[in-house]
Amino acid sequence: MNRPLVAVPRPPASSAPQHQEGQLKIDVDHLSFYYGAKRALEDISIKIQPNVVTAFIGPSGCGKSTFLRTLNRMNDIIPGARVEGRVCIDGGDVYGQGVDVVALRRKVGMVFQKSNPFPKSVFENVAYGLRINNMASSRSELTGRVEESLKQAAIWDEVKDRLHESALAMSGGQQQRLCIARALAVRPDILLMDEPASALDPIATQRIEELIYGLKKSYTIVIVTHNMQQAARVSDHTAFFWLGRLVEYGRTEKIFTAPSEKLTEDYLTGRFG
Amino acid sequence: MNSLGTVAPRKILSALFVAACALSVALALVPLAFIMFFVVSQGIQSLNLDFFLHDPRPVGEPGGGMRNAIVGTLMLTGLAAAIAVPIGVVSGIYLSEYRGTRFASAVRFAADTLNGVPSIVIGVFAYGVAVLPFKHFSMLAGGLALGIMMIPLIARTTEELLLLVPNALREGALALGATRAKAVMTVLVPAALPGIITGVVLALARVAGETAPLLFTSFGNPFFSTSLTQPVSSITVQVFSYAISPYEDWHRQAWAGALVLVSIVLICSVAARMATARVARIRGGQ
Repeated sequence: MNRPLVAVPRPPASSAPQHQEGQLKIDVDHLSFYYGAKRALEDISIKIQPNVVTAFIGPSGCGKSTFLRTLNRMNDIIPGARVEGRVCIDGGDVYGQGVDVVALRRKVGMVFQKSNPFPKSVFENVAYGLRINNMASSRSELTGRVEESLKQAAIWDEVKDRLHESALAMSGGQQQRLCIARALAVRPDILLMDEPASALDPIATQRIEELIYGLKKSYTIVIVTHNMQQAARVSDHTAFFWLGRLVEYGRTEKIFTAPSEKLTEDYLTGRFG
Repeated sequence: MNSLGTVAPRKILSALFVAACALSVALALVPLAFIMFFVVSQGIQSLNLDFFLHDPRPVGEPGGGMRNAIVGTLMLTGLAAAIAVPIGVVSGIYLSEYRGTRFASAVRFAADTLNGVPSIVIGVFAYGVAVLPFKHFSMLAGGLALGIMMIPLIARTTEELLLLVPNALREGALALGATRAKAVMTVLVPAALPGIITGVVLALARVAGETAPLLFTSFGNPFFSTSLTQPVSSITVQVFSYAISPYEDWHRQAWAGALVLVSIVLICSVAARMATARVARIRGGQ
């Protein structure tokens, strides 16, 4: 799983304990994030192990999506965005000098809240990442990896006879699983999911959740969700965000049964949010 | 029930307003209807196969057509498109990608200004840079003048259509490891392409009807010519010179030329719309 993340210069005087590098997939250290002058995230530190599903929960505007997007530097495209602190993936600082953002995003895949298939065929959607990154040397390799990704995303049986039809003709749930297949095609290590099921009906949601459960064997998954039951169902660890701060982070059973923070308990029991 | 009594005045007012709107639309359409009626009724009489297959004959000699001018107009607009489409589309991409920057605002302002420059002035400019130095009217100079007119039209259309592409598509491409340039070229431009093509065709239709910039660039030519460095006839200039002539026969030919020009523009526009609707249907999967 530990393919090296691009050429990352080792940061001087690393504050992350060196001996943990082998186990930690994501290590965020005192991260703050600003939209212009407004601070959206405040001093967040979190350590995520490989092959676990971590859920980020919290009320709207608490910064959980913003935080998710700092992990693959998707916030870079927002004018005025600024990051302080460190985000290490496999021990390398993703905001360090000389980091290739393109390689980072290939390693850290992302699925968005609203499914966003390209206006191309099903096949071309999944092949897109492989093509732009020159990851398939032959047509048969390309076809093979498209099929493999669609199977991983549990959508192959539904689309195998319509690979060359427009992706936009599919249902919302299918489109979202297609987007997951598209993200998996470039073989990331980490999959970030930003409320992947919030626009879907219960049955489509259930399929996505089953999919997440299956994918955790091969990927480290971070999922942002509004739906607390969903967090309880799919995740191993849960992080609760409130007003740009990380309030509590721990094993999901513990967070949901015996949270140590009053704020977490109030949120989970529906007293606010 | 007496509360319903207040409804009637409102209904009348609403009906009056709708009627006023309908009347305005009708008034706006009257000139168009008259133009079409005159062009078609006058032009159709002189339109025959010879009109497309023969070049102009000397005065007094019956027959003759506008083959040279029709081919000339098609080549001039083709040349204009060859100049303006690459520059216009790339400028449009720049405008939409760097829309927040000062330079982009300056470019946008320049494009809008260029769009507002009278076409005769653009003709004078092309005369200065492409006719005077060579001491020779040419198709190239005419194509240049028309191309300059098309650039701002295409740039602004491209910009606006790229801005209509949902940001989610851009993010999707970037999240897969696309560079900004790759995201633009492989996702955003293809998504906006049907609209961009329509914009290009509409710009072509607009410049195909221009006379002023051609008067002293491509000039006109009574003979058939496809040479880039020679003066060339165009439908608009030919219609102009025929219409102001004292000869009855030439007047009829001018009407026929006008009809052909209107038809070419109409056919191009309709074809572009049908083609883009088809592309949109395929992509949309309906």
